[in-house]
Amino acid sequence: MKIILNNREEEFDREAMTINEMLILKKYSFRMRIIKVNGELIPGEKYDSTIIKDGDKIHMLYLMSGG
Amino acid sequence: MRFPEIENNLKKFRVGIAGAGGLGSNCAASLARTGVGTLVIADFDKVEPLNLSRQYYFIDQVGMLKTIALKENLLRIRPEINIVTHQVKLNRGNIPLIFAGCDVIVEAFDAADMKEMLIETVQMELPGIPIVVGSGMAGWGNTEALRFREIDKTLYVCGDELSEASDDSPALAPRVGIVANMQANAVVEILMKKV
Repeated sequence: MKIILNNREEEFDREAMTINEMLILKKYSFRMRIIKVNGELIPGEKYDSTIIKDGDKIHMLYLMSGG
Repeated sequence: MRFPEIENNLKKFRVGIAGAGGLGSNCAASLARTGVGTLVIADFDKVEPLNLSRQYYFIDQVGMLKTIALKENLLRIRPEINIVTHQVKLNRGNIPLIFAGCDVIVEAFDAADMKEMLIETVQMELPGIPIVVGSGMAGWGNTEALRFREIDKTLYVCGDELSEASDDSPALAPRVGIVANMQANAVVEILMKKV
């Protein structure tokens, strides 16, 4: 499957995956983040139940303390 | 466009400022100078001596509520500005009530978990209201890493999205001021498109 992650095409060797699976595959480790799938914000408690499919557009934003 | 016309356009807008620390106080000062009509400022904290390292307060304001001190400072810049203050710790319950009716919301918290809570709440409970986030500004130098991203028409990010502040790597006036003004710049751009 191919997805668009932060405006860049990324290929994964599978048909579909949950958000948590994508985070593990990409080795993303920061704890605080915002994820939008096709324009819809997905809250953290739905990372295990939200399925990402071929062609989905994902936006991810890391939140760093400071301000 | 001349400044009186810019001011006249911006005075009809209402901007929410969530947090009156380094980002919120500096961003609010910039928006006040540019002519935004109403600022809705929410914070529960008091001014502490260490805050003066990056926040828009003065030594004689130590001990004051930040909302009150910031209102005082903004009115000294621009007496005609309308300031609405909320002395409250923002949470999922009160955010939709406090910021309903704002044209844009500025995310100006310090702690990452609060940033996450605010963005989630605004995006889900106040759909359509753009939020301008500050993320990643600790340390000094590295100016070229500070950037602006439009994720979509409701979510914008300013900062390097990398430099986490901590006791050993605090956020300092220069980079916080840059990011706060990047946020103000994004707000002005969003508002001027609505004119």
